[in-house]
Amino acid sequence: MASLGNSAVSTPTAQALYRKRRRSNGILLTLSFAATIFGLLWLALILIALFYQGFSGLSLSIFTEMTPPPGEAGGLLNAIVGSLIMTIAGVAIGTPIGILAGTYMAEYGRHNQLTNIVRFINDILLAAPSIVIGLFVYEVVVAPMGHFSALAGSLALAILVIPVVVRTTEDMLNLVPNTLREASAALGLPRAVMIRQVAYRAALSGIVTGVLLAIARVSGETAPLLFTALNNQFWSVDPNAPMSSLPVTIFQFALSPYPEWQKLAWSGALLITIAVLALNIIARTFLSPRTSK
Amino acid sequence: MMQSAVAPNALPEKISIKNLKFFYGDSLALKSINLPLYEKKVTAFIGPSGCGKSTLLRVLNRMYDLYPRQRAEGEVLFDGGNILNPGQDLNLLRARIGMVFQKPTPFPMSIYDNIAFGIRLYENISRAEMDARVEAALTRAALWNEVKDKLSSSGLSLSGGQQQRLCIARSIAVRPEVVLFDEPCSALDPISTAKIEELIDELTADYTIAIVTHNMQQAARVSDYTAFMYLGELIEFDETSKIFTAPSDKRTQDYITGRFG
Repeated sequence: MASLGNSAVSTPTAQALYRKRRRSNGILLTLSFAATIFGLLWLALILIALFYQGFSGLSLSIFTEMTPPPGEAGGLLNAIVGSLIMTIAGVAIGTPIGILAGTYMAEYGRHNQLTNIVRFINDILLAAPSIVIGLFVYEVVVAPMGHFSALAGSLALAILVIPVVVRTTEDMLNLVPNTLREASAALGLPRAVMIRQVAYRAALSGIVTGVLLAIARVSGETAPLLFTALNNQFWSVDPNAPMSSLPVTIFQFALSPYPEWQKLAWSGALLITIAVLALNIIARTFLSPRTSK
Repeated sequence: MMQSAVAPNALPEKISIKNLKFFYGDSLALKSINLPLYEKKVTAFIGPSGCGKSTLLRVLNRMYDLYPRQRAEGEVLFDGGNILNPGQDLNLLRARIGMVFQKPTPFPMSIYDNIAFGIRLYENISRAEMDARVEAALTRAALWNEVKDKLSSSGLSLSGGQQQRLCIARSIAVRPEVVLFDEPCSALDPISTAKIEELIDELTADYTIAIVTHNMQQAARVSDYTAFMYLGELIEFDETSKIFTAPSDKRTQDYITGRFG
């Protein structure tokens, strides 16, 4: 303190104010830290519970055997494959639509009223409860067809994928500096070439991240599949028939009174969680070379 | 009113700006500009911030068309045709009138592809020819020796000065007739700046050049003609030596002597 000499900060008032600021700083820091711990605690508890209950059931038979009838041993093969098929189909349908819409909004219609309207609706869709989307697809696909089907399940997932991809595509393209667009235009590049060769390249990691996050989002969805793909206890890859999926199987098995089913539900929950966690980590690494620059 | 100051019969005009007005929405940014750009000469646009010099430059390749609510009135004759015509093909125009920006803007691709990209768009040439064109452009931009061993690495890996020379190489690779420079050195260190200025000097052998600069010494060093602009008006246009030694307008004199701006 001696080095402060006669400067303004050495007066008693200044020191008192400074001590007060340090005190409030300390209190806020403690509160923020406690809040962080509180949030992370639940995540940790969920992971611990999942590992504790589900890990013992993880065996090769999970990946090789079908979902069993009550009281028998079995696996989750049909549910895992069903989830993979419907997620991949949903992403395959939803991603191109989402990227094209996002591209229109960021590149062609940036100053349009239409873009504002689409963005508003897209945000609503993004926040829409997935059960509503399940009911919607039930009304427009399942009811007219007369039966549940993997196709309807994929469509429901696609509708969940679209708003996520639209949003990230638009955001990531908006991050591409206008100077790059001007530089492309200055070379005489038509806009379509600029978008494909320059803007997409600059925004690639962000768009890929958006798609990965969309996959992570839909791979755990239960409600939209309950109304569309329903479930199937047997092996099926027929898009026109009901198809099993991990979330619906977990839902059904976890609520059942049979211990074998409950155990499979825990293992399935663990599998999904690990998969979503892995997707999130991959998405993060995709984005990091960009943000760290 | 000002063209008469320079003997117009001596030099062919590559671009003639006639009664050009420019609007951002409702606000008038350029008030009836008349200005020639002489063929294979360097014309510098100088003036304080907001005087409209960049706006004027961006009219010449219709860059403003990328944005809504910006429009130009009057005539900009380029080899006799008015480029402000609504029917003007912008991509062809911009292939003939290149532009280098304030901040280096390499594309997110390899150094080689940064150059080859623009060429591929308008020409269908063999790999060997393309190699030669890329080398020629990079040599012309005084960058070849620094990058010849790493043509496949990203254009973004270069230093700022190198990136700017890459952008110049990219512009001249498509063989434009005019190159517009919008404060090309304002983000660069003095050594890189000197290199770019040298380059601009060499480019006049083949190209008509317009350069916007905040740096009056730079204008004096690189340009043959200088246009001084103030508040959206062209105050004075003349040979650079005349503008910097014996300007005829008081405002020009005040600006170049550092009394304002």
